Amino acid sequence: MPDNAASEAQPAPTTTNGAAAETRRQRMRMLISALGMLPVLLILCIGFHVLSEGRFFTGQNLGIVLQQAAVNTVLAAGMTFVILTGGIDLSVGSILAASAMAGLTLSKLPELGMLWLPAALLTGLGFGIVNGALIALLRLPPFIVTLGSLTAVRGLARLLGADTTVFNPSIPYAFIGNGSLTLLPGVASIPWLSVIALLVILVSWLVLRRTVLGVHIYAVGGNESAARLAGIKVWAVLIFVYGVSGLFAGLGGAMQAARLYAANGLQLGQSYELDAITAVILGGTSFVGGIGSIWGTLVGALIIAVLSNGLILTGVSDIWQYVIKGLVIIGAVALDRYRLQGSART
Amino acid sequence: MNDPILEMRGVSKSFFGIKALRAVDLTVYAGEIHALMGENGAGKSTLMKILSGAYRPDPGGEIRIEGRPVRIEGPLGGRAAGISIIYQELSLAPNLSVAENIYLGREISRSGLLARREMREGVGPILKRLGADFLPSTLVAHLSMGQRQLVEIARALHARSKILIMDEPTTSLSAAESERLFALIRQLRSEGLAIIYISHRMDEVYALGDRVTVLRDGRLVGSLDKPDIRADTIVRLMVGRDVSSFYKKDHDPEAGRGHPVLAAIDMADGQRVKGCSLTVHAGEVVGLAGLIGAGRTELAHLIIGAAPKTSGRLELEGRPVEIRTPGEALEAGIAYLTEDRKALGLFLDMSCLDNINLAVLGRDAKLGWFLDRDKARERADRAFAGLNIRAANVGAPAGGLSGGNQQKLLLSRLLAIAPKVLILDEPTRGVDVGAKSEIYSIIDNLAKAGTAILVISSDLPEIIGICDRVVVMRAGHIAGEVTRGPTSPLNQEDIMALATGMEHLDA
Repeated sequence: MPDNAASEAQPAPTTTNGAAAETRRQRMRMLISALGMLPVLLILCIGFHVLSEGRFFTGQNLGIVLQQAAVNTVLAAGMTFVILTGGIDLSVGSILAASAMAGLTLSKLPELGMLWLPAALLTGLGFGIVNGALIALLRLPPFIVTLGSLTAVRGLARLLGADTTVFNPSIPYAFIGNGSLTLLPGVASIPWLSVIALLVILVSWLVLRRTVLGVHIYAVGGNESAARLAGIKVWAVLIFVYGVSGLFAGLGGAMQAARLYAANGLQLGQSYELDAITAVILGGTSFVGGIGSIWGTLVGALIIAVLSNGLILTGVSDIWQYVIKGLVIIGAVALDRYRLQGSART
Repeated sequence: MNDPILEMRGVSKSFFGIKALRAVDLTVYAGEIHALMGENGAGKSTLMKILSGAYRPDPGGEIRIEGRPVRIEGPLGGRAAGISIIYQELSLAPNLSVAENIYLGREISRSGLLARREMREGVGPILKRLGADFLPSTLVAHLSMGQRQLVEIARALHARSKILIMDEPTTSLSAAESERLFALIRQLRSEGLAIIYISHRMDEVYALGDRVTVLRDGRLVGSLDKPDIRADTIVRLMVGRDVSSFYKKDHDPEAGRGHPVLAAIDMADGQRVKGCSLTVHAGEVVGLAGLIGAGRTELAHLIIGAAPKTSGRLELEGRPVEIRTPGEALEAGIAYLTEDRKALGLFLDMSCLDNINLAVLGRDAKLGWFLDRDKARERADRAFAGLNIRAANVGAPAGGLSGGNQQKLLLSRLLAIAPKVLILDEPTRGVDVGAKSEIYSIIDNLAKAGTAILVISSDLPEIIGICDRVVVMRAGHIAGEVTRGPTSPLNQEDIMALATGMEHLDA
């Protein structure tokens, strides 16, 4: 999946061989940073296929992996916007829970039931905008603000269901959680959850790479002071990215609600923010902002899903899964450092 | 006089082939106040950093203290050799007490525990000797700037330093605090310390200096003893060099000078800028000169709305305009080239193309949102050709370009909005000679096309070479204006006199 920056790097009408070689080197570098962890993903898949004696690459198992990756992909897409500006959103797991609770509660009302989906999305968007406003307008550190809302919104999620599990076996649009889109009848189908996740990635790519706002997001993350002097409304960009992160968390909540027909304000989405952050960092997005791509995030989310699935397939105990995943996070940050050394930032 | 306490013989320092200091010989005696002067970049701070141990001098030179050759190495080397430096930005930890700061790095401990009381008692006599009006246990955060300076001096005395170097010690002091500091410096001289006093300000040098040494372009160009210290002599030593011929100025200020485009009236920020007014006409290049810290960049930031102003208003082409953010300045047609292109200008990880187009993306966008990539590409290609920007291609990250090309890249972003007013803050800092002369001809061509241009520069020959007239700032005020006579060029000495406040002294 070539990064847009690479496709823009058409050879300039240069005259000397040195410049042409330099162009080649730069395109190579961009390709490497765009491909990023894709080779790692492929090696993991093949490795697990061998270790699990051929149980990984089956249609059924791949479907499970894609489905398991879906919600985290959506959260990680929103997280990519935030981390590209040099921020962090720790509250996505709690927002997901609150949105799912709000949606499910509304779905049980006979006359308003159909509105549960937009309600879940708006709940997420609302919390995201509150985060963004606190960060952009009051100039509070993103880590602190979203750490606060991680706790506060979790409490609100519990309040929404009076601290019980809310069930709705006849929730409208349940197909998005459990149905599949048939590509070839009887041969190939893809879970709706995965379709949504892919659409989210595509929309994110469009915004980040094809709109003015996208360039402004990269600019704010790359150099906030310069962005301000260049006339960019930094506050608006910040509110937007936290809004997007909240909106996607709301979408994730809706996906979970439709899949489970139920939600629990206490348990749903616990520590999902960590998986989302891991996916973004694995995808090569720099923690200090300004560098990264949404395709990398997709690869990162798939790596996490493959890791979970493969460790189960090969019979690694639940406990060791934690240890291995934790080491992957640290490895990812080490990779981020290594990556930055090669870039223009010194 | 007695034997010299510090002798430097043939001390040089080069950075990547650029000579910052060339074979400097400096002799300082105990019990004297030795003033060190020179333009920005003349080599004063390099010299000081060699004495503190922050830089290692090139091989070949020699430094002797009390007649013995010494090697000053590492950050503590200077202090070990008996040299203490008090920097412009004080190096105290505000969250610690006076005593803890004085003992910083040399704390007394008893069986692993800090001996706080012993430390407090240890600094008492020194504070008393300096006439301090605060306690050893006071937090530095609660002290005024003048009191903090006293703590720095106490720290130097406590380390038994014999040579005290002070770098522009009065920049952040009030007049009364400065007077008290001078009295203290004289007291220390009479106690036998050698004081190297670095200052831009002529009145201070007159009041304090027993001897004045002037540096220029890394060379020691002269030392004057007390009776010979005269403003005109010092200024001649400081600026005496030829204006090179590579400055390009073809635009005719008299014929081309049009209507006033930018008028800033009584601008102030309550701190560094104190009621400044200036006007720039169409087709005119106005220099804004002054020493570092005079408030030039701060004034520019007020004009473009990058800092909040406490008073002042702007007129653009005769009409009042309200500018609160840099974005509004760009919309009004006022573009500002920052002096710090890496920190405040460029996006080093982004492509040249994005860097060039950043200010006009919204204006060019399709449907108000979507990037017009053809237009952006075209604009970038035009900028590369027009400003002769050399990079592998327009997609290359800006961070990989040379200083000169980065500067032209940033300039092309501003030119994309077709500004009416262009404010250039140190436009050729860190730029090679070739790119310099290219930037000069870009400025010249813009002036010919009727742009009103304000150039902030610490490089006097540059100001004289490219400007039509020069406004000089000193300590937050407009100190005066230097204009070109019908036949006579702009005069460096006049500018320097206004910048240092010497015109009163010679009058």
